[in-house]
Amino acid sequence: MNYSPITYSNTPLFERRPLTYNPNLFRNRFNQFCTSLAGLFAAMAVLPLFLVLIYVLVQGGKLLSFQLFTQLPPAPGLEGGGIGNAILGTVVVTLVASLISIPIGVGGGIFLSEYSRNGWFASAVRFANDVLSGVPSIISGVFVYGIIVATRAIGGQSYSALAGGIALSVLMLPTVIKTTDEGLKLVPQELRWGAYGVGASKVVTILRITLPAAFTPIATGVVLAIARAAGETAPLIFTALFSPFWPEGVLNPIATMSVLIFNFAIMPYEAQNELAWAASFVLVIMILGANLLARWISKAAQP
Amino acid sequence: MTNTATNQTSTGSDVCMSLQNVTISYGKFEAVRNVFMDIPHGRVTAFIGPSGCGKSTVLRALNRMNDLVPGCSLKGRVLFDGNDLYDRRIDPVEVRRRIGMVFQKPNPFPKTIYENIAFGARINGFKGDMDELVERSLRKAAVWDECKDKLQESGFALSGGQQQRLCIARAIATEPEVILMDEPCSALDPISTLKIEETMHELKRSYTIVIVTHNMQQAVRVADMTAFFNAEAVEGGSGKVGYLVEFNDTERIFNAPSQQATQDYVSGRFG
Amino acid sequence: MTSAPTSPPATADFSLRRRPASEKLLDQGFHYLTLALASFVGLLLLAIVLTVFHGAREAIATFGARFITTSSWDPVNNQYGAFVAIYGTLVTAFLSLLIAVPLGIGTAIFITEDLIPTQLRNLIGLMVELLAAIPSVVLGLWAIFVMEPAIRPALNLLHTLFWWSPFFAGEPQGPGMAPAILILVVMILPIITAISRDALNQVPVELRQGAYGVGTTRWGALMNIILPAAISAITGGIMLALGRAMGETMAVTMIIGNSLNFDLSLLAPGNTIASMLANQFGEADGIQVSALMFAALILMILTLVVNIIAQWIVRRLSLKY
Repeated sequence: MNYSPITYSNTPLFERRPLTYNPNLFRNRFNQFCTSLAGLFAAMAVLPLFLVLIYVLVQGGKLLSFQLFTQLPPAPGLEGGGIGNAILGTVVVTLVASLISIPIGVGGGIFLSEYSRNGWFASAVRFANDVLSGVPSIISGVFVYGIIVATRAIGGQSYSALAGGIALSVLMLPTVIKTTDEGLKLVPQELRWGAYGVGASKVVTILRITLPAAFTPIATGVVLAIARAAGETAPLIFTALFSPFWPEGVLNPIATMSVLIFNFAIMPYEAQNELAWAASFVLVIMILGANLLARWISKAAQP
Repeated sequence: MTNTATNQTSTGSDVCMSLQNVTISYGKFEAVRNVFMDIPHGRVTAFIGPSGCGKSTVLRALNRMNDLVPGCSLKGRVLFDGNDLYDRRIDPVEVRRRIGMVFQKPNPFPKTIYENIAFGARINGFKGDMDELVERSLRKAAVWDECKDKLQESGFALSGGQQQRLCIARAIATEPEVILMDEPCSALDPISTLKIEETMHELKRSYTIVIVTHNMQQAVRVADMTAFFNAEAVEGGSGKVGYLVEFNDTERIFNAPSQQATQDYVSGRFG
Repeated sequence: MTSAPTSPPATADFSLRRRPASEKLLDQGFHYLTLALASFVGLLLLAIVLTVFHGAREAIATFGARFITTSSWDPVNNQYGAFVAIYGTLVTAFLSLLIAVPLGIGTAIFITEDLIPTQLRNLIGLMVELLAAIPSVVLGLWAIFVMEPAIRPALNLLHTLFWWSPFFAGEPQGPGMAPAILILVVMILPIITAISRDALNQVPVELRQGAYGVGTTRWGALMNIILPAAISAITGGIMLALGRAMGETMAVTMIIGNSLNFDLSLLAPGNTIASMLANQFGEADGIQVSALMFAALILMILTLVVNIIAQWIVRRLSLKY
């Protein structure tokens, strides 16, 4: 084979341009264009957050007062009032959902990670879990309506806070399982061996060593799941329904902030519209607070 | 190898790249400082030295690859073809088109073997016969026989050594003037290493090659010139900073080095 | 233990040298408990499918395939066809995807490349994640009172320019498909951005070096090497977003207008399966409930198929890069 002699233009196949930057080259123009476009897209992506936050804070903050938290919503056409029952109701329903989904989810996550990490059964459960997490939230409402509300399965009651909580727990469960599974997987194997090495049984190892070691990621995920559930509306509108009164136990319909926003936003009364903004304010502050808390938990645990 | 001892110091038009008082830092920490070096044209130059002496950093500085490392900055001048590569007006893309690079780990693109070669040529504005260019590049990189029947298969279908030679072919397909090789054999078995060294012997007839290697025998086998880098503790601080100890003909570096540190290193007393 | 060596050693100090039967039982019991809890997920999924199917049986028997193709939703005469809602679900989901995909991928590229300082990139990433945390119903409220009035001039302009097209016929009257699509964009943008960002971050740095090494520009490397290497994970994320868009309820319900009449125009009110459920389930009885369950079943099948494809893409292709 022949090799061409060494020259700085050792082949006519490629044009040699000067090394200096030429902004008029097509590729450099194209680069500039694409970079600007990506920057514009990024700006457009964060713009809605700003606009939503500003309006929620300004419109909702206007109504912020003591009575907002202590009073019942007014009857249609009347002024004043508060959203005390809805705040309490959101807490109750979310609590019910957490009490159901956290034990089941953590237990299921323990099984996936500690007992059957790579078995076919575990893969099937993981797959079902991923599919479940993609089920639209309204479907979980339809499900609970069909299985509990319509059949009056709980205490002969149709709509109830309990039914709403169950519907929310269907949404929380996949997240809790997933974060537990992934969190436990991050625990180094040596820690388990160390516990087995001193003669600890499997259940003791899991409950005393592995689970505490994975506390941070699990807690982070659980807080995020709770925050998401607290803002959900679709599963509640025909399970927990709504109530203009203070909560009367978990077996009766209950008001929640999210359903209140939905109901009051489409009412033609200004007082109700304003309360919807106020409820949005409280809800958004709670949810963003929980999100930042979760972030803080995971950051504080890092060495 | 024909000319080893005769051309001791390269001067004038024989200089391909010239480093003048180059200091490279990552953030606040200097990785290598005050390097002066004239890399001769049409030869193989090897960088050797212990880990952390900054030899790979200097190599990557030669085609602005350090631009990809956040916080990496360079002081001093790197001259090539009458330009300071770190001048503000220089386009790093243009630099890399003329100074190609082969990396430590074989990194073929997730494309066919043919496309791996053709991609670089195409973006460099190649208008000629692509089939011929692919064949020529693969032949030059001594991997044509293994590839010719599976040009449309993925680059990952090749073995590690073949992948690395594919990467060499990819680099020479764009007809660069200089090829930088960053420990090209460190991830390969001895037989693949031997084949790549044979490839380098072929390539140095057409290209200037700069190679970083951990393997001193490899430097002796392939390089005409050798630069020995070392690292010293920073006064008053933690960590180390690299510096150029000695740069000379390979034969001199390994048989009659002027510095004690070089002598110690090449005789295996440390490093 | 600091005590001096004694004989016989240790036995007195350790009473549990032999595991009692109760402990083994506990071990077994805990295993089975977690097994049962894990199985619960599968059973729950099955129960959801069966419940909805059971509820829909009557409507399936009565209306059959006609349910999908007809558009009369008439509680008075008990005639039900969900074509309007199915059409609205698909159109809003796909059109919102069409807008959100370039926005999301562009944003992901912007915050994975070194174009701006790292802190600013992280801040943008955080803000997009927080956007995902805003409840759907709050976005719906915002859409009614802020977004829709703000974009109406633009929609009017669309109508003025493209009045001859059936997709932009009719003066925009407030709620409609177009604002619903825009609010869906806001809702699925964070998913696409987050998944694309993770996918781009996982592309090995060697590939980028290789691309730059042969002399590509930033966007040359992105379009020819980096995006193709990440495209599988991004596609999975887009499918997940599609599933989310089809099932999204509250914000859409509040802004789409909930019309039961078919209209090709994007400026006219429309409906989706999810918003139909949200609106009518509470007050429905008799065969209307069954018809709604039928619609829910269709929605569930759509989202299940999309989600299963998404999982399959992500799983199958995560092996490569």
